[in-house]
Amino acid sequence: MSTSTEHLHIDPTEKRWMIASVGLLLIFFAAVTVAGFMLGIQVPTRERRVDPNTVAEQPPWSEPGVREIVPGEEYEVYVLAHRFSFTPNEIEVPAGAKVTFYVTSTDVQHGFKLQDTNVNFMALPGQVSKLSTTFEKPGVYPYICTEYCGLGHAVMAGAVTVTEAP
Amino acid sequence: MAETTTKTPVYALTREERRFVGLHLVFAFAALTIGSLFGPLQALEHAGLDLYPTLEKFGIQSYYQGLTLHGVLNALVWTTFFITGFLTVAIIRGFQRRLAHPGLNQLGFWMMVVGLLMAAVPLLLNKATVLFTFYPPMQASTWFYLGLTLVVVGSWIEGWGFYATYWQWRKDNPKTRTPFIAFASLVTMVMWQIATLGVAAEILGLLLPWSMGLVDGVDPQLSRTFFWFTGHPLVYFWLLPAYVSWYGMLPKQVDGKLFSDSLARLAFWLFLLLSVPLGFHHQFVDPGVPAGWKYVHAILTFSVFFPSLMTFFTVIASLEYGARQRGGKGRFGWIRALPWSNPSVTAQLLAGILFVFGGIGGLANAAYNVNLVLHNTAWVPGHFHLTVASAVTLSFIGISFWLVPHLTHKPLWQPKVALAGVWTYFVGMLIFSNAMHTVGLLGAPRRTTLGLAPYVPAEWSGYLWRVGFGGSLMWIGIMATITVVAVTAFRKKQLPEGEFVDVPVAESIEDPQRTPVWLDSWKPWLVGTAVLVLLAYGPQLIDQLFGMSATSPRIAP
Ligand code: HEM
Ligand SMILES: [Cu+2]
Ligand SMILES: [Cu+2]
Repeated sequence: MSTSTEHLHIDPTEKRWMIASVGLLLIFFAAVTVAGFMLGIQVPTRERRVDPNTVAEQPPWSEPGVREIVPGEEYEVYVLAHRFSFTPNEIEVPAGAKVTFYVTSTDVQHGFKLQDTNVNFMALPGQVSKLSTTFEKPGVYPYICTEYCGLGHAVMAGAVTVTEAP
Repeated sequence: MAETTTKTPVYALTREERRFVGLHLVFAFAALTIGSLFGPLQALEHAGLDLYPTLEKFGIQSYYQGLTLHGVLNALVWTTFFITGFLTVAIIRGFQRRLAHPGLNQLGFWMMVVGLLMAAVPLLLNKATVLFTFYPPMQASTWFYLGLTLVVVGSWIEGWGFYATYWQWRKDNPKTRTPFIAFASLVTMVMWQIATLGVAAEILGLLLPWSMGLVDGVDPQLSRTFFWFTGHPLVYFWLLPAYVSWYGMLPKQVDGKLFSDSLARLAFWLFLLLSVPLGFHHQFVDPGVPAGWKYVHAILTFSVFFPSLMTFFTVIASLEYGARQRGGKGRFGWIRALPWSNPSVTAQLLAGILFVFGGIGGLANAAYNVNLVLHNTAWVPGHFHLTVASAVTLSFIGISFWLVPHLTHKPLWQPKVALAGVWTYFVGMLIFSNAMHTVGLLGAPRRTTLGLAPYVPAEWSGYLWRVGFGGSLMWIGIMATITVVAVTAFRKKQLPEGEFVDVPVAESIEDPQRTPVWLDSWKPWLVGTAVLVLLAYGPQLIDQLFGMSATSPRIAP
């Protein structure tokens, strides 16, 4: 009952283990920080809000699709997600260009995952998701819905065709 | 050998208490039985064998209705009912006294039952096919949301019954260290009650008024933020009761002792402190959360890995201590000296092994930008079948192998079948989760009838076949263990007169009385938790609340 015998007993092996654990975590902190802020592998951040009930009638989503900003170098793609397809469901861009996707939903929550790239985010009604990528190799890259959105969810997909760099 | 019996239990539960806890287990195992049924069906669908058309005869109208049942019954109902029942035992046996207000605990329990039935009806009628995350604006029947609310509030009330028992005990024992298993159970409950404030706010503030037609719209982003405030610590609510057993009971089952009382308590306090303020790691790819806050939560998420690593050390050291008492020798040779013939022990050891893989995968999920590759792919269910469906579920099944004999005074039926079931589940899980992780990395989405998807490349098919095969093995394994538990509960054969199966409670190597008092005081830890939650969530909650635009009308699933 007396506090005089109280002490935090830590076995020497366990102490070494705990120090090693902290070291390991510091390495993880560093790795994530370097990848995020120095290599620029970023996650989506707050972009802007829209009204899901009217977004399809107003620019830029009244005309979804590809915008050529700098030919061969920079493109923007506006995509609408709705049950059970994407508009557009076919996109064509050249290899080597920076392509930025802006995606929003007009109904329920969807996902947008562009295979073999880092573009993977939720497409929520009321919010705009934005990420960029550069396709190094020509080919066909499917983009698929990754959030359950109803019975037809599995068929909700499109494809980016990447052509040879001009 | 299954369970050791004793003629003199340290502290025996009353008949009413045993019945009360037993009722928890009846609902828990019923949920697990029905919920698990869909597991192999989902896995086989991925492998190309679609059995759902046959299921329509039995009222299951789609893969997704089944998946909702699978998620709700396994992840929410099985866990919550088992945990409240098991913690009741840990509290009574830990404090060695009756519950302060048994009526309060009864009230909580029956509220959970009413809630379960309320939610079950729309689930079975295909009126709540919204998966267990119920993301709006897909809308379920109001009864579904009401039912979930009652289950959560019922579990709170059972927790209040625990607190009252603690206060009573504390008054009688002002200077004694809280007995470890009771202490750990209390921390688990307190963490749960802080964590569930998020989903309470979501359902009561947003979803119920909207589903009852009182307001026209809902804000899906805000809703997700509230949901994941609860959703991440939810996994610790599942895990901590398994840790109660790993730290406080399993050592006893292997003739060992708890290696470090102080550090075991420290780990639990750190889980209280760190479980809640990191939910944005489930929202790394949400559009409405600023990247800076995601980064803060990523760092906090890594921090919670620290008490997990401590647990890893202490649990293994406690097991090794026991194995050496049993004559185990050698650097790793002691592992063979553990009582592998005891299904209760084996289930929990295999749970621990699978959890190591789960922990490593969890680090990848938590890693901010790596998550971009994994989010909502089959990797994710691959991961959490190693955690909730292995570390947690296998441990709970292992606990049941002594708990049911303890409650019923009946010997475990067919320990060999129990062992075979546990091993089958383990092997199935290795195959299943490995294939799910890999096919997820290749890009396969989760929550999807892959058999119907137009984009499935040939390269996935080998993995999907293994998902089906491993998943079927898992089902055979889990059904064997459930059968053992059920037959034990309802068989006629009693233990020999005057013999009991006691609750295994491990002593610690160090006298707990020498554990520093700051490891047995609530105030600093509760204040710390509140501050950390406010810092990590406060600014974003205020921002998202004030920026709320409830523009999404209800949409049927
Ligand atoms: C009996 C063996 C089991 C098998 C074969 C199995 C199989 C599966 C499969 C294939 C999925 C993914 C479905 C999809 O994403 O489309 C899944 C999802 C899930 N499983 Fe299991 N499972 C089993 C047992 C369990 C257990 C015991 C638990 C928890 C205690 C559990 C919890 C979950 C949860 C929470 C999900 C996610 C549901 C969702 O995405 O909404 N499973 N399961
Ligand atoms: Cu979808
Ligand atoms: Cu989490």
